[in-house]
Amino acid sequence: MTLDMNSIIPQLQAVVGAEYVIHKPEDLIVFEYDGSVDRALPTVVALPDSAEQVSECVKIAERSGLPIVARGAGTGLSGGAVAEHGGLVLAMTRMTRILEVDVENRVAIVEPGVVNLHLSEQVSKHGLYFAPDPSSQRACTIGGNVAENSGGPHCLAYGVTTNHVLGLEVVYADGGIEWVGGIHRESPGFDLRGIIIGSEGTLAIVTKIAVRLLRQPEAVKTLLAVFSELDDASAAVSGIIGAGIVPAAIEMMDELCISAAEAAVHAGYPEGAGAVLLVEVDGLAEAVEEEVAAVEEVCNLYDPLEIRTATDPVEREKLWSGRKGVLGALGRLAPNYLLVDGTVPRTRLVETLSRIKGISERTGYPIANLLHAGDGNLHPSVLFDERKPGDTEAALKIGGEILELCVEVGGVLSGEHGIGLEKQEYMPLMFTDADMDVMARLRPSFSTNNIFNPGKIFPTGASCSDIRQMAAAIQRAGPGAYV
Amino acid sequence: MVEAKHGEARIAPDFLFSGPDAPEESDLYKCVHCGFCLQACPTYLETGLETESPRGRIALMKAVNEERIGMTDSVIRHWDLCIQCRACEVACPSGVPYGSLIEATMAQVERRRKPGALARFAENVSLNHVLPHQGRLKLLMSAAKAYQRSGAQSLVRKSGVLRRLAPSLADMEASMPRVSSTYFSAKGQTVEAEGEARARAAILSGCVMPLVNGPEMDAVVRVLARNGCEVVAPERQVCCGAIHSHVGYLDAARKMARRNIDVFSEAGVDAVVVASAGCGSRMKEYAHLLRDDPQYSEKARRFSDMVKDIHEFLVELPFVPPRAALDCRVTYQDSCHLANAQRITSAPRRILDSIPGMEFVELPNAGRCCGAGGTYTITEREFSLRVLNSKMDDFETTGADVLTTANPGCLMQLQYGIAERGLPAQVKYVTDLLDEAYRRERSG
Repeated sequence: MTLDMNSIIPQLQAVVGAEYVIHKPEDLIVFEYDGSVDRALPTVVALPDSAEQVSECVKIAERSGLPIVARGAGTGLSGGAVAEHGGLVLAMTRMTRILEVDVENRVAIVEPGVVNLHLSEQVSKHGLYFAPDPSSQRACTIGGNVAENSGGPHCLAYGVTTNHVLGLEVVYADGGIEWVGGIHRESPGFDLRGIIIGSEGTLAIVTKIAVRLLRQPEAVKTLLAVFSELDDASAAVSGIIGAGIVPAAIEMMDELCISAAEAAVHAGYPEGAGAVLLVEVDGLAEAVEEEVAAVEEVCNLYDPLEIRTATDPVEREKLWSGRKGVLGALGRLAPNYLLVDGTVPRTRLVETLSRIKGISERTGYPIANLLHAGDGNLHPSVLFDERKPGDTEAALKIGGEILELCVEVGGVLSGEHGIGLEKQEYMPLMFTDADMDVMARLRPSFSTNNIFNPGKIFPTGASCSDIRQMAAAIQRAGPGAYV
Repeated sequence: MVEAKHGEARIAPDFLFSGPDAPEESDLYKCVHCGFCLQACPTYLETGLETESPRGRIALMKAVNEERIGMTDSVIRHWDLCIQCRACEVACPSGVPYGSLIEATMAQVERRRKPGALARFAENVSLNHVLPHQGRLKLLMSAAKAYQRSGAQSLVRKSGVLRRLAPSLADMEASMPRVSSTYFSAKGQTVEAEGEARARAAILSGCVMPLVNGPEMDAVVRVLARNGCEVVAPERQVCCGAIHSHVGYLDAARKMARRNIDVFSEAGVDAVVVASAGCGSRMKEYAHLLRDDPQYSEKARRFSDMVKDIHEFLVELPFVPPRAALDCRVTYQDSCHLANAQRITSAPRRILDSIPGMEFVELPNAGRCCGAGGTYTITEREFSLRVLNSKMDDFETTGADVLTTANPGCLMQLQYGIAERGLPAQVKYVTDLLDEAYRRERSG
């Protein structure tokens, strides 16, 4: 189909206003990326301001056969907001209203462009907060969190986005505006809400979100333990979990991350630190003290260089600051990073990390490890320079190797960033033909022409069969074997 | 779909970066497009548009650097719309030096600009032929004073004649600063320290500030003297060049920087104290500006180390807390070039905290730009006012009767905002209040 942009652009302008339709080639460049390594130029970008405008835009694109890609703040790490096949990008960054806060029932209704942290800031005066806390929470949107089913350091104790969303207002491919789920804990029928969350914009466009708010804990204490060896830190994580302690968060960073974070925020990590563990415990004041003491006891078994604790919000923030800014801080080490989002069983952390180190040594590419260690969610980040020929391909190949490793030791492809473009070719490592088939058939029941975010999640191209063969080999070899 | 890929469509060299004042490649590629800067950017917050965000502006710089696109009017527009508040630099975990990137980019843009527009002509004349010459500026300001105080101004404004004839001139007229009753002049004078001398400081007089804030500059000198500083105002000093750098006249800025380095280095002082945040930030970065100048790079580095913002200097001294009380509710707007470029946020607050009787309330989003940004109030008036509007909304929630700040551009912009809304509040420098408290102490 040839696109008549001369007709589509004015139609979009009539809906959202001329200022909010981006179509000049040089302007489209700023919508070709998100926080990942993937890139593709959209055909046109529109910024709607209401569900009705989203619906009108969807109808225009549908009539024109233009794919539709929803975009929040573009902080995603799997290429979910990158318009792989061109098309209309609907940027939700004008829809930033918190529409309703029901303090008694602890529910808020927000627009998808609301920045994650802004919601918690707005409801803090009522002693409430929104639990999912991706490290990009200062910038990322709740709409994006819904699309990717985002996690964050505290999902160890509190679960990921889907555990905090009660209902969604969505626009379907025909432009219809409907609610799925509601503001209550239970709703009858199929859990369409659950299907749409984490579907990475492939099923519908979310225009309102009813979220659960949690009561702020009475006390919070953060413990920072510094080790000279990564292995000791990993062993301490296993030790903490093994002792039956469930902290709100257990985060880990390796030496490379520590040096980047130190340069960025001067968090004050000691010289010679090879790994840092951040453990946060919250709850009733007495219980918190007891649990932190227990965590400290476990850490002391593994030869820490230093242990620091903080209860004061400013001091706690300081301990966290290194962790929260570390990803961007990797830019100090290399112009690009490929962040791998695999998750492994916590009992296999030590082994997995040492094998990742092996991959780094063999290939010569530095890999910085930051982990939501408590739930085994790895974020090994391959450092490279896209301007060097072949570097991007090499990094992607290493990323693939790490994902294979994760699945091989009994883990999964994505802990929280979604499959997107980045990991779609690896889906068959995890899912059988039957699984993939069910997912693939679910999609047309939402939109017959796959108008929403085509080219995401599901593998494409020839490499698919190779990976299937690899998957079969892994399964034959059994967990723990090298392939 | 048009994508001017490298090699496909040749881009005319005029539209590409060239020469020594191009954005440093190593700085450009520090940006890993994580997006942490977005919520710090006033123009992004107003529009929600990635094209008006730091990450977007850097992506455009990268694209020009890679010769994928040229500096078209549309691309230049997005860079022009940047207020250069540098809040993104503070938010950036990768340490991207956005300030020097946009400064170099504006120097590139400068080569591409079309002469002719009235605003453009006025900018060139005022920046290159008036600001560096205090005598000419004083003459012009005196004419402005006559215009403002003779009744001519109110007549022009009421009639709306200028708005009909030349809207851009009317914008300039509307944002014209009110010339102060007395001027501050740097004539090589020395003001003795009160009591035992603790330090000898040179003061930057500046360009516009001594003429529109003459009495306030006198207050700065009094505050320094009260705290045991001998203050000198070297005569041959010139404008710091901040506004020139802002719009891309880097060579002009370098010329002024060299002169100031020579003049202040001969003054034999412990510090060069600057009361305007924008000038302080420019002068602390002379070392970067003159990094490729074999004669001056080393001198500039030493000079930059001597430059102190007035609040920073007072807190380091440390200053004597005033004993007399002031009865007011006060808030503080961070000047961007103090908070973001010089990373000074606590010193002005500590000074305010030290004044007895005064109630300090934190301004919501105090770190967000007010929309002033050098000539931005004139060149991007509409946008400047949009940003100011959000600032005024925040200010109204404080219930303060004094709004303090640390830079003449911010002061004028905030005064304009308050006058427009008819709010019963005053805008002052932090040092004005300190001076007032000291004076009360003396009078009884």
